[in-house]
Amino acid sequence: MEYELRTPLNKDEILKLNVGDAVYVTGEIFTARDEAHARALEWMEEGKELPFSFDRGVVYHCGPLVKRNGEWRVVSAGPTTSARMNPFTPKILEKVECMAIIGKGGMSDEVVNAMKGKAVYLAFTGGAGALAAQSIKRVKGVVWEDLGMPEAVWLLEVERFGPCIVAIDAHGNSLYRR
Amino acid sequence: MEYNDVVEAVVSALRKAHTELPDDVVKAIRKAYDSEDNEIARRNLEAILKNIDAAKKLGAPMCQDTGIPVFFVSVGRELCLDFDLKGAIVEGVRKATAEIPLRPNAVHPITRENSGDNTGMDAPQINVDLVEGDEIRMVVMPKGAGSENVSALKMMLPTEVNKIKEFVVETVKKAGGKPCPPVFVGVGIGGTFDGAAKLAKKALLKNVLEMNEFELELLEAVNELRIGPMGLGGKNTALAVLVEIGHCHTASLPVAVNIQCWANRRAEVVLR
Repeated sequence: MEYELRTPLNKDEILKLNVGDAVYVTGEIFTARDEAHARALEWMEEGKELPFSFDRGVVYHCGPLVKRNGEWRVVSAGPTTSARMNPFTPKILEKVECMAIIGKGGMSDEVVNAMKGKAVYLAFTGGAGALAAQSIKRVKGVVWEDLGMPEAVWLLEVERFGPCIVAIDAHGNSLYRR
Repeated sequence: MEYNDVVEAVVSALRKAHTELPDDVVKAIRKAYDSEDNEIARRNLEAILKNIDAAKKLGAPMCQDTGIPVFFVSVGRELCLDFDLKGAIVEGVRKATAEIPLRPNAVHPITRENSGDNTGMDAPQINVDLVEGDEIRMVVMPKGAGSENVSALKMMLPTEVNKIKEFVVETVKKAGGKPCPPVFVGVGIGGTFDGAAKLAKKALLKNVLEMNEFELELLEAVNELRIGPMGLGGKNTALAVLVEIGHCHTASLPVAVNIQCWANRRAEVVLR
């Protein structure tokens, strides 16, 4: 099946997705890698409000290549290896109503379990950075720029970002578990 | 040949490497697409082929992970270089980072501070070899982290030659979908601890369509894993296994497996 997802997400839409479905994402997504996840968790534990929202949001495991010509422009932005975010993701999932992750390579069994009932993992073709950049319409902003270009959090406006394959669904199924 | 010729050659080699995959690599990916009957595998390979076209058309790096540039420089011994060759390569990387552009990936290993221009301590990596002749042959291979992170080295026992295959297969299996399969597998057998790793990386520079019997045997074993494109299942886990060997100590058997993503980027320039 093919689905269109819009941000902010709602839980019903997440729950109807099954592994193998193709999904296109439209709206606002944000990038986060190791350093951003670590800082986000620190802030959450201290009760500080984040400048972006995991809750009902779409987090993109990506360190984009961007260029500034007056405005920021995304040159190439495929997914990074999601497994590096395994240690942080269950704690983030505890704090959200629903969420989607776009990445590549899959995540641990612990994450698959933590995703049950609330989150999906969408696989975008790794390395397809030039292709991905074509559905990123605008850089809406950047936060935590002190982490450097790859590790900063980039807020991106996307239109029909995909096709992404539902590789882990909210029912405990994973295409990586074979 | 002057300093600036080298700087410009580095910029043009990096631009080529990031925007155009070598013909043999593209052929191997097309062949995989034609051979695959799993729908998800086909979708991923199709996206890869579309991406290769888009990068070439737009002159944009095909992958946002523009890697750490690794240089293999063969210097003809008849040359008399009256300038800082290493400095010129470093400056070329700095210029390429701003112009192409490339993502600044080089960070201090402990503080994680990004240098902002892909240079730093021992970065870029420059391997120099002395050869006959009066030219400089420079090959650049931008190496991404997704595949580098799942590479492995093992100091095997001299009596374990028959277990090399098992180690290669085990390394690819552990990597799963993480290194952006279908991958290219560089295997270095022999040399020393560091030498085996260097051989494995150099193996990735070989033509991926020309495998010997041993390499084909390893490829077949790896593809039995059925990890498939992006780890989502399929026939094509690896597109090639390439081996380089070197003499080693009688008491050792170093074996290194350097995994490379489907984007087996490399470009060569010759300076006279």
